[in-house]
Amino acid sequence: MSGAHEHLDHAHHFESVEHEFEAGKLGMWLFLVTEVMLFGVFFAGYGLFHYLYPEMFKEAHHHLDKRMGALNTVVLLISSLTMALSIAYIQRDNVKRAKQMLLLTLLCAAIFMVVKYFEYSHKIHLGILPGDLFKAADFQAPNIALFFSFYFVMTGTHGLHVLIGMAAILWIYWRMGRGDFNSRKFGAVEFVGLYWHIVDLIWIFLFPLVYLVV
Amino acid sequence: MGHAANINFYEAGNKGIMSWLITLDHKRIGLMYFITTMMSLCIGGIFALLVRLELMFPGQQFFDPNTYNRLFTLHGAVMVFWFIIPAIPGALGNFFLPLMIGAKDVAFPRLNLLSYYLLLLGMAINLYGILHGPGADTGWTFYTPYSIKTGAAVVSMVVGVFFMGFASILTGLNFIVTVHTLRCPGLTWFRLPLFVWAIYSTSILQVLATPVIGITLILLTLERTLGIGFFDPKLGGDPVLFQHFFWFYSHPAVYIMILPAMGIISEVIPTMSQKTIFGYRAIAYSSLGLGLVSFLVWGHHMFTSGQSELANFVFSLLTMATAVPSAIKMFNWVATMYKGSISLATPMLYAIGFLFTFGIGGITGIMLGVLSADMHFHDTYFVVAHFHYVMMGGAAIALFSGIFYWFPKMLGRMYNEFLGKLSFWFFIVGFNVTFLAQFVAGLNGMPRRYHDYDSVYAGWNLISTVGSWGIALGILMIIINVVYSSFKGPKAPANPWKGKTLEWAAESPPVLENFEKTPTVTSGPYDYGLKA
Repeated sequence: MSGAHEHLDHAHHFESVEHEFEAGKLGMWLFLVTEVMLFGVFFAGYGLFHYLYPEMFKEAHHHLDKRMGALNTVVLLISSLTMALSIAYIQRDNVKRAKQMLLLTLLCAAIFMVVKYFEYSHKIHLGILPGDLFKAADFQAPNIALFFSFYFVMTGTHGLHVLIGMAAILWIYWRMGRGDFNSRKFGAVEFVGLYWHIVDLIWIFLFPLVYLVV
Repeated sequence: MGHAANINFYEAGNKGIMSWLITLDHKRIGLMYFITTMMSLCIGGIFALLVRLELMFPGQQFFDPNTYNRLFTLHGAVMVFWFIIPAIPGALGNFFLPLMIGAKDVAFPRLNLLSYYLLLLGMAINLYGILHGPGADTGWTFYTPYSIKTGAAVVSMVVGVFFMGFASILTGLNFIVTVHTLRCPGLTWFRLPLFVWAIYSTSILQVLATPVIGITLILLTLERTLGIGFFDPKLGGDPVLFQHFFWFYSHPAVYIMILPAMGIISEVIPTMSQKTIFGYRAIAYSSLGLGLVSFLVWGHHMFTSGQSELANFVFSLLTMATAVPSAIKMFNWVATMYKGSISLATPMLYAIGFLFTFGIGGITGIMLGVLSADMHFHDTYFVVAHFHYVMMGGAAIALFSGIFYWFPKMLGRMYNEFLGKLSFWFFIVGFNVTFLAQFVAGLNGMPRRYHDYDSVYAGWNLISTVGSWGIALGILMIIINVVYSSFKGPKAPANPWKGKTLEWAAESPPVLENFEKTPTVTSGPYDYGLKA
């Protein structure tokens, strides 16, 4: 491009920062809708097989660690709070506090993944694996591997979303340090925040569904 | 920015191949989609011709059954995922949506470029499986349990489709936000051109439905690699669940293909008749209505898959409902032409052809939705003929109409009218010969997807194969016309059809950011005869 452009703080095809923010926010909400549809497939499949094999689901879920799941729920809820606080601080031009809150969010996400790691490695050690790979003994109900297929696929996909969220948080942390955001312009922070909340919200559904079967 | 005035987007800014490959301009991205999807049409078309060649006579002609299975699978997959789904939104939507709403670009230009490359990535992954792997033989539907068991390259096919789906989602998301936030002053929702309404409705479907097939195909991949068992009865899973997930996307996907096509027809008919569109709001709302109903009818693909009788009944009833918004559009298009000053230039010929072929496609769709009749029609050539009348006689024919209609705007040159009309006659005659014959063969019970058939179907198959050559010649003429006229056609005026929508207010081809001054809209898009 020519360099003759005046310096704009928003993309050239928008009228203002606010205009660009409005577009970005709508785009982000639409993206969150696709996430809901994606996990909706899991929930629909889970609902079907839970209906078909209620006894098997009840037996299988006792082999999940409820305390670890509950711990992770609390950790994620706290991370949603810190994420929201980070947005509140940047809206007040408090970059220092906003960055601290992002670091706390990252810390929570890391704790979540470490807990997940211990849960997974324990399951793998016992041979509790999805579908065909299932090798564990001492299970009564038929088709019990199917439950653990759901467990691994659902929590695995969610875990992948947590990792992507961590990368996104690191990215806005770096941009915040560069001075990209202030009380007028904080779109990316808010959008990553929205994403983080949906990742949290999906877990709020996953946890009772998988760990607390009735 | 003033220096770019009066210089069209081809000449403004940077030049060379890299300036295209990393462009953020919606017009250049649209043209890249155009070239890519037209190449896809040719590839898918060659597969189709080979399938027809094999079926010309009973018994084995050129290909053994395994090769034949790969050919019809690739024909379907390429036409659906490489051509029809990305073609109209990607090429014409990208180029014209911002122009028609008086915007400088789409809301997220970088995301737009990313969509294009995700499409290419998906194609590349598919090609890897086709060329280096054992090919694909599941049909484009990837039904379990066969897709779990076959030794063919299912994973590279479905992972490729996953990425193409991602491209489709991001395109839809981009367009929705663009329509919401970038309309120029005075352009209220009910002054939007109907093509914009159609693309908007399509985008909603892309955003809502595509994630479902994306994750379903990932589950199929996990099924093949880890044996997770969701769709495997041996592990307690349910293969019909795959069909439900698949059609929850793929039925709305039919409307992802046909809605933008209807949008093109809604542009071409009023302009070429120089008459205000009849029932503007009814057409706009019927686009949204079709989108909504399309989510509620997926079960009509599973009438014979062991669905409950109640479900069959409900899905059959809801399927009838799709006829209402489609018919509203048909009647309104015909009413628009009534007493208009109709020009029979090539775009209008294709649009009128659409009214006939889509009409046949739509009505046979209702026949298939009738539960009792479908027990006989299911998996016969009647179904094949029906969806070709909708996809080819609907989506593709409207795309051709749109290509000729907007060619002067895109390339700044006129196409060759004689060759254009000739292509139409070859296409429309060839098309009807090919697929009317298949309707009859299907009614007589000829099953689809078989490598061989009983000799009682021989005559209809021979007719169908000969007809396919007419289609091929028609499309070849379109391509020759487009390529030749891009370089040698006479210079086009800004508004060759005397259209009233905003894209005709721009230069042909448009300048870098579409308009030298952001336009202000003061009237509806089709106010012919109301003012000069």
